[in-house]
Amino acid sequence: MNEEIMIKIENVSYEYSSYIDESIQLAVKDLSLEVKRGEFLVVLGHNGSGKSTLAKMINGLLMPSSGDILVNGLNTKDEDKIWEIRSTAGMVFQNPDNQIVATIVEEDVAFGPENLGVPPLEIRKRVDEALETVEMTEYRNHAPHLLSGGQKQRVAIAGILAMEPDCIIFDEPTAMLDPVGRLEVMETIKKLNKEKGKTIILITHFMDEAVEADRVMVLNEGEAVMLDVPKEIFRHVEKLKELGLDVPQVTELIYEINKEGFSFREDVLSVEELVSIL
Amino acid sequence: MIIQLKNVNYTYNPGTPFEKKALDDINLEINEGDFIGLIGHTGSGKSTLVQHLNGLIKPTSGEIIIDGKSLSEKSTSMKEIRQKVGLVFQYPEHQLFEETIYKDIAFGPKNLNLSSEEVDNRVRNAMDLVGLDFETLKDRSPFELSGGQKRRVAIAGVVAMKPKVLVLDEPTAGLDPRGRDEILDEIRKLYEKENITIILVSHSMEDIARLVNRIFVMHKSKVAMTGSTREIFSNADQLESMGLGIPQITKFMRSFKSLGHNVKDDVLTIEEAKDEILNYLRGKKDA
Repeated sequence: MNEEIMIKIENVSYEYSSYIDESIQLAVKDLSLEVKRGEFLVVLGHNGSGKSTLAKMINGLLMPSSGDILVNGLNTKDEDKIWEIRSTAGMVFQNPDNQIVATIVEEDVAFGPENLGVPPLEIRKRVDEALETVEMTEYRNHAPHLLSGGQKQRVAIAGILAMEPDCIIFDEPTAMLDPVGRLEVMETIKKLNKEKGKTIILITHFMDEAVEADRVMVLNEGEAVMLDVPKEIFRHVEKLKELGLDVPQVTELIYEINKEGFSFREDVLSVEELVSIL
Repeated sequence: MIIQLKNVNYTYNPGTPFEKKALDDINLEINEGDFIGLIGHTGSGKSTLVQHLNGLIKPTSGEIIIDGKSLSEKSTSMKEIRQKVGLVFQYPEHQLFEETIYKDIAFGPKNLNLSSEEVDNRVRNAMDLVGLDFETLKDRSPFELSGGQKRRVAIAGVVAMKPKVLVLDEPTAGLDPRGRDEILDEIRKLYEKENITIILVSHSMEDIARLVNRIFVMHKSKVAMTGSTREIFSNADQLESMGLGIPQITKFMRSFKSLGHNVKDDVLTIEEAKDEILNYLRGKKDA
């Protein structure tokens, strides 16, 4: 197996039957992708594009109808390996309230490693480290329901970290948060990638979160329609809009200006960049 | 004037260790036909404020007057107030409960003891206003719909009450960009067609800039700023100190102007910025 590849997705499709007319639908269509160890991959797509189905297949919550998914070389279809796969590829969901199980922050973070049978002293160490990483140490004895959305989400992330995964899949972790909460969670995700070397798959429809990724995959109707570095992705203003996605306002502005006969660089993602080229 | 708040204070859990002043001497006036943006950091008091507007919460002190009637008067009918001020909560689709979309939207009007003909009219009209096709959707379960459509059903349920004021608390939270644009377009159409007063609570400065004509900024339980959309967004530093921001496009124009370029920096939308920059670039070419 290739040491460099964290996740390998080979010709994966996922079928489900529509509960309206029971016809067979494909949520994911013949998708192939390799995610490198330490990579920060963003998956963009509108609701119903197959993003969440893909995420759930990566850590074995759903099984592909055809094709294979290898997590650190382990096939998600191998039932004996499912716990190893889930502790290798942890998952953080959209709603923090649905992910918190305990009444005290540090007990919540300990829940995962306890279930993996980690020795108590080691659990203590992992919980402390995880809370430190997400900067929630001072809240370790608090009740989770009194925390803000961003704080709760960071506790949920700490709970995953305590299981020491190599890879974390985030399924729209900021969709229910306010701007401050979003920023906190994004800072945490970037830190996990840059400082802790975690492989990150971030599913989102906020394009400003995609700007900082190593690569962006755009899903539409279950197919990967674009896969490239962010700068290349956001050049395609018209196409992204057709796919029901946003582009940064500055990117849209330069695109609109060029339509009027100018030819500025179009791979502009920030206010600073646009100021510097005009 | 349709809404007036005079010296309104509200304290949660008074006399307990959890006592918290959520509204601190609020004075504000909203005129009929206003499209108001209510912005503020989480915990600034926005949601507490909107719950006062239809009497879900009673102020600890102060007076609230809706369409000429004081909420503190015993003779004021709360039922009438709640029909006048329609409140769409965050994630309103969680409140859908009926078997069919028709029944869900009809629930409110039915409780007003209207004739079944009038209820039917209102359901049709409300569905039309939020962009849901009556014939294809009326008998479907609301739970089969996409997130954005479910939310429109929930909004239609409030619109069917024919409120004079519609308050929407974060109507686009959790939606994808397409769902968000659809909802915002419907809200704008509703505003234009129905001659209704709208109060939009949102964290998205881009959405606020696109839609509203006047803004209230809440900060630490007080109304910290009031003004036209353009006025408010020209105070970027002050907004940032309150944990808020300005639209990216406004930020860009400000930074471009600060380098000495002769452009207006109070733009709110991409279209305005485009015109301004094109004029600037063409001017430079001719010079």
